[in-house]
Amino acid sequence: MLRLENVVKSFGGVVATNDVSLNFPAGSLSAVIGPNGAGKTTLFNLVTGHLVPDSGRILLEEEDIVGKAPVDIVRKGIGRAFQIASIFPSMTVEQSLMCAVASHFRESEALLSVFPPTNVRRRTEELIELLGMGSVAKLLSANISHGDQKLLDIGLALALEPKVLMLDEPTAGMGPEERWQMIGTVRRLWEQGGMTLIFIEHDMDIVFEVAQGITVLSYGAVLAQGTADEIRNHPEVVEAYLGTETTAEASQ
Amino acid sequence: MNLIVQFRRDLLIAAAALVVLVAIGLGIEHAWPRDFLTAIFAAGLLAMSLNMLIGYTGLVSFGHAAFFALGGYIFGLLLQSQAFTGAMGAASVPLALVAAVVGTGLYAVVIGAICVRLTEIYFAFLTLAFQMFLYSVILSWVDLTGGDQGLMGGIPRPEFLGIDLGDQYHRYVFCAVLFVVCVMIMRIMTESPFGYTLRMIRDNATRAAFLGVNVTRVKLICFVVSSSIAAVGGVILALFTSGAYPEWAFWAQSGEAIFMIMLGGLNVFLGPILGAVALRILNDVVQMYTSHTEIVIGLVIMFVVLGLRRGILDFVKDWWVEKQQARLAAENRNGREG
Repeated sequence: MLRLENVVKSFGGVVATNDVSLNFPAGSLSAVIGPNGAGKTTLFNLVTGHLVPDSGRILLEEEDIVGKAPVDIVRKGIGRAFQIASIFPSMTVEQSLMCAVASHFRESEALLSVFPPTNVRRRTEELIELLGMGSVAKLLSANISHGDQKLLDIGLALALEPKVLMLDEPTAGMGPEERWQMIGTVRRLWEQGGMTLIFIEHDMDIVFEVAQGITVLSYGAVLAQGTADEIRNHPEVVEAYLGTETTAEASQ
Repeated sequence: MNLIVQFRRDLLIAAAALVVLVAIGLGIEHAWPRDFLTAIFAAGLLAMSLNMLIGYTGLVSFGHAAFFALGGYIFGLLLQSQAFTGAMGAASVPLALVAAVVGTGLYAVVIGAICVRLTEIYFAFLTLAFQMFLYSVILSWVDLTGGDQGLMGGIPRPEFLGIDLGDQYHRYVFCAVLFVVCVMIMRIMTESPFGYTLRMIRDNATRAAFLGVNVTRVKLICFVVSSSIAAVGGVILALFTSGAYPEWAFWAQSGEAIFMIMLGGLNVFLGPILGAVALRILNDVVQMYTSHTEIVIGLVIMFVVLGLRRGILDFVKDWWVEKQQARLAAENRNGREG
């Protein structure tokens, strides 16, 4: 579904992405992990067109998307949610999702009808149901909880019915209980949506529990890619990132 | 047809407003209400069209009056041209109106294409620069525009379809219709999916782009439409004053429109109209007592901005929304406990 081949990106002298080759099979649920500054968000920015790689290829269903504008990449089916929830504060949850759905249905520039068009309203109702946001639908996005804002951000990406959904730390800034709840929702959305889902996560328990495939980044390069068991027992990963039991606890 | 059904409530309100406006204009013999309202139509269209950019899209333009002035000048110059009125005959006025709207729209495409790529202060200053450019052209091209004297000698208005714009009643009703039609166009625009896309851009343009919105194109369309509507405001003022004057293209004219928006409220559709009425009344009342009108008006605006921290209708709307949101939040809590 999504494949990266020898992707390189540097900023000045710093190599943020160093010869990265990765494969995310269709319908898989994968996690990207790595210490701060490992190049996780940069990797996302390269795929979504926010950044252009210095060299290498990024293939979505065998089509090279390098150099395409973010808008075009979105249209080709790569949706994204952000580390800091990127939402529309003055709109209600429902209105925000309707806007995203309208964009997906190519109705964003419709001038001669009243908002929302019937098909947009219907699809948005389904989406709110899917996200379980019925109780906050009429609240302003600025007024809902942090967790709901993160969920709304994911919902906005989901409204585009993406083939590949990329979530940059869906559980960032949440307490332990809320994290598990969130990742449960993400997993449910993936199961019901059938898309390829890639997420960045710091909590190892969550990653090992949920992800089918795990990619470990370190200093911009791929340290390892494999299943949870393979990563857990990978000597370099243990040394470089997971550390011993005590350092892992200290770093939390 | 579908459009009429979907907007039937707004269309009924617009029709009722038009009836009231016409009744006031025709029912009162004294010229004051007609003059007052015609001036409001012109200033109101300028302020409301500017608010399409400021309030709905988050683009603070300091140069919007350029389009207002351009509309007035195109309209006045065409009708002053004997070649034009001679060739067009009875169709002169409608054609001059169309030419003012379309001509200003085309000018706005060029200016907008350059400006809308910028944001915030850069957008504000570039629009201001283009306005002052137009102002300089009007002042220095004396042969065409009359320079600082403006278009002198009146604007001929050949009768069309039995409408004689030389007659003050006819003129008033014509301007009222133009005003209500333009307000309705803006209403449809802001309540359409396009209007909500404008709100997305205002709130978070980056995210809108990530959701597949062509931000630049949407901003440009809004810029051009709002400029064309400002041009209609200029046409109304040209009809009212039977001339066109360079001050219309001066930055202070744009500043006044921004005052109206700040006073009335930028997040409520009719806010700028209330601002226009309030500023106009304030101006007239203060003028009766002192010649230092700017000082008094400045103080009032300071009070509104610092005291309410928003326009009058924004204040009302926020109060309403907060109440409603608190009620919804309380219902959610109760729902969870129950």
